[in-house]
Amino acid sequence: MSFAVRSLAAGRRGSVRWLPQVVAGVLVCSFVLAGQGALTASAQAAPPSGAPAHAPAQNWSFNGPLGHFDLGAVQRGYAVFAGVCASCHSLTQVHFSDLGDMGLTPEQVTALAASWQVAAGRDAEGHLKHRKATPDDALPRPYADPDAARAANRGAVPPDLSRITQVYPGGPDRVYALLTGYAPVKPPTAEAGAAQPEAGFANPYAIGHRTAMPPPLRDHAVMYADGTQPIAQQEARDVTTFLAWISNPHADDKRRLGVGVGLYLCFLACLLVILKRRIWSHVAK
Amino acid sequence: MEAHPRLLKALEVRLPDDHCKIMPFIVKHDNTVLCGVRDAVSGRGEGERMAGTPSCQDQAYQPPAGPVSVETAPEASAGSTAGGATRTHTASAFVRDYMAFLLPRDLNLLWTIGAMLVAVLALMLLSGLTLALTYTPDASLAFTSVETLERRVPFGWLLRSMHMTGATFFMAALYLHVFRGLCYGSYRAPRQGLWGVGTVLLMMVMITAFAGYVLPWGQMSYWGADVAGKAVGAIPLVGNALERVFLGGDAPGTATLHRMFVLHFTLAFSIVGMVILHVAVLHARGSTSPSGAVGQNRARMLPFHPYFTVKDGLGVVLLALLFTLVMCFWPGLVTEVENYRPANPLHTPADIEPEWYFLPFYGMLQAVPSKFFGLLVSGGAVAILLFVPWLDRGNSATFAAGRWGGLCWLPRVALTVLVCSFVLAGLAGRHHVQGVWLLVGRLATLGYYLYFLGFLPFYSRLAHKEARS
Repeated sequence: MSFAVRSLAAGRRGSVRWLPQVVAGVLVCSFVLAGQGALTASAQAAPPSGAPAHAPAQNWSFNGPLGHFDLGAVQRGYAVFAGVCASCHSLTQVHFSDLGDMGLTPEQVTALAASWQVAAGRDAEGHLKHRKATPDDALPRPYADPDAARAANRGAVPPDLSRITQVYPGGPDRVYALLTGYAPVKPPTAEAGAAQPEAGFANPYAIGHRTAMPPPLRDHAVMYADGTQPIAQQEARDVTTFLAWISNPHADDKRRLGVGVGLYLCFLACLLVILKRRIWSHVAK
Repeated sequence: MEAHPRLLKALEVRLPDDHCKIMPFIVKHDNTVLCGVRDAVSGRGEGERMAGTPSCQDQAYQPPAGPVSVETAPEASAGSTAGGATRTHTASAFVRDYMAFLLPRDLNLLWTIGAMLVAVLALMLLSGLTLALTYTPDASLAFTSVETLERRVPFGWLLRSMHMTGATFFMAALYLHVFRGLCYGSYRAPRQGLWGVGTVLLMMVMITAFAGYVLPWGQMSYWGADVAGKAVGAIPLVGNALERVFLGGDAPGTATLHRMFVLHFTLAFSIVGMVILHVAVLHARGSTSPSGAVGQNRARMLPFHPYFTVKDGLGVVLLALLFTLVMCFWPGLVTEVENYRPANPLHTPADIEPEWYFLPFYGMLQAVPSKFFGLLVSGGAVAILLFVPWLDRGNSATFAAGRWGGLCWLPRVALTVLVCSFVLAGLAGRHHVQGVWLLVGRLATLGYYLYFLGFLPFYSRLAHKEARS
């Protein structure tokens, strides 16, 4: 390249000034295109039988680069989590104080923590003691260890939900689809009951279309303080919003910061362009 | 090689040996340029001086001014007046020297990447130092400490995302920097040393990036360390011992984390030292320019300040803008979701793959059937950069003259092939070199090496032949 540049430069120097920019642009484009191609290629690969169905995209409040979490839905989702999910699933990385960011005052967080019981050592006979949780405690786990979880759930360990919408393939759309997509239970005829070979519950969004999780949500499973009707669809939507928020609690801060810093840097870049043109204005090419 | 002494002579003339003539700070905004820079700007002879400007001798022994005088002030007041004055003079002369460093005026966007790299390095150091206050290098605590950082430490989420995005931007800018060097022949005499220091820097940054990726102790961290350990173990004779030294045991664990943490931390500061060396060598040898020897004519050069400080500043701000957009609005581009799962030695992920910047080398590693030769090929792909100045024996003087026997399209094609090979090797690495990707991976490896071992020697020989005839 350099040689060509120089041979050209001998003749018309101005004609190759665009070259590095074009090369850089082509490089960036090829990287992006290659990445996209790879993504589509992997997405279009023939799905093996039993692969989970594609979850329909939902209109989440936090979608897109300028989205933000609907904190009302997050709070309702916490109610669903505490009332339903927490009996089997843990949020090991979360402390009660973290929940203040969903729009609660410190007093509310303290009250919320006090509604949970955490282990507090053993008494003289060796029995476990419990106390009310404080904001500095981590959310207690439903099972002491994976073995206990396995024993209690017929061999399946309920996954930790701290980062679930990030690590679960399909993200929040699939979490929502899984929660609401259970196949209707067939009437228990004698024949079907006897021939039931597989454990678990039919769900097209689970791997192998079976999941060990029983249908968790039903209408009026929890009471909503804000008067929203707690039907199963609404509960699933709210708890998914909560899980998406707890997976990435500072996403809103980050986007807000991005807007401010981006605008500032645009302004600064404009000023620097003007300054640069001015300083270079008397330079003969 | 006949042209070599000629070139050195040219360099000697070009080097700014008379700094007192250059007063770069004085450019008035009504476009009248005072002493020093005028000759470079107007393109007229150096001897012509603007009437009324202070002479060279007047400028040379000016009392020190500016921020440098602050640090030496206590010494001067303590009595060692003479020594303090000399010191101050040296420091200010040093700064003036660096600010007056002459650069070709036709440097383009690709030459601002150096400044961008320095800015990202500073960001990485500052954010890294702050992250290290919370991070715990222990297999049972590392993941939780990183989660604590992201969730509870004030602005920990910001520090960590800056550090993660910074790693990607650092490597991307570094690859572009190397590409620019290859494109414009920045490695040619007399800049072999500069290129060598730069290549060593590239290797150090790669090792640092790998060590840093292990630290969060997610699934990809663990299995990445596992794959790297097995790759080291493939070296004949000493492999097993080396693997044990690297992992600190049979499998990745707390000992590995300690090693990686120390490596990451120490290499970061060694990189700073190497960058200083890199810049010092650059100042000794002078910068290349897109138009080759023409641009390095002293009359066509401009001082670093204010011409290139403003240009580099603009480049850094544009990079910061892109950085902010990726970090805040498209974080999925730089994060690997599998690494948000804690390391689990009992569960191997379906796809073990390194960060994007190692994918080309990962592809080459897998394209070769033998483990050891795969390691040799992928390591050699970086190491071969060290030998580029000796593979391409040409120098700017011979290249300025030649007409290439009608082959002037060849370097452009060769460089395109090199870049495409690099990208394709990365894609092959991403697809685990299975099926058609095996063929693609092998062809890409071949294309990559062909540039260095085939094209560069051939083309420089052609140039020499032309220069002689």
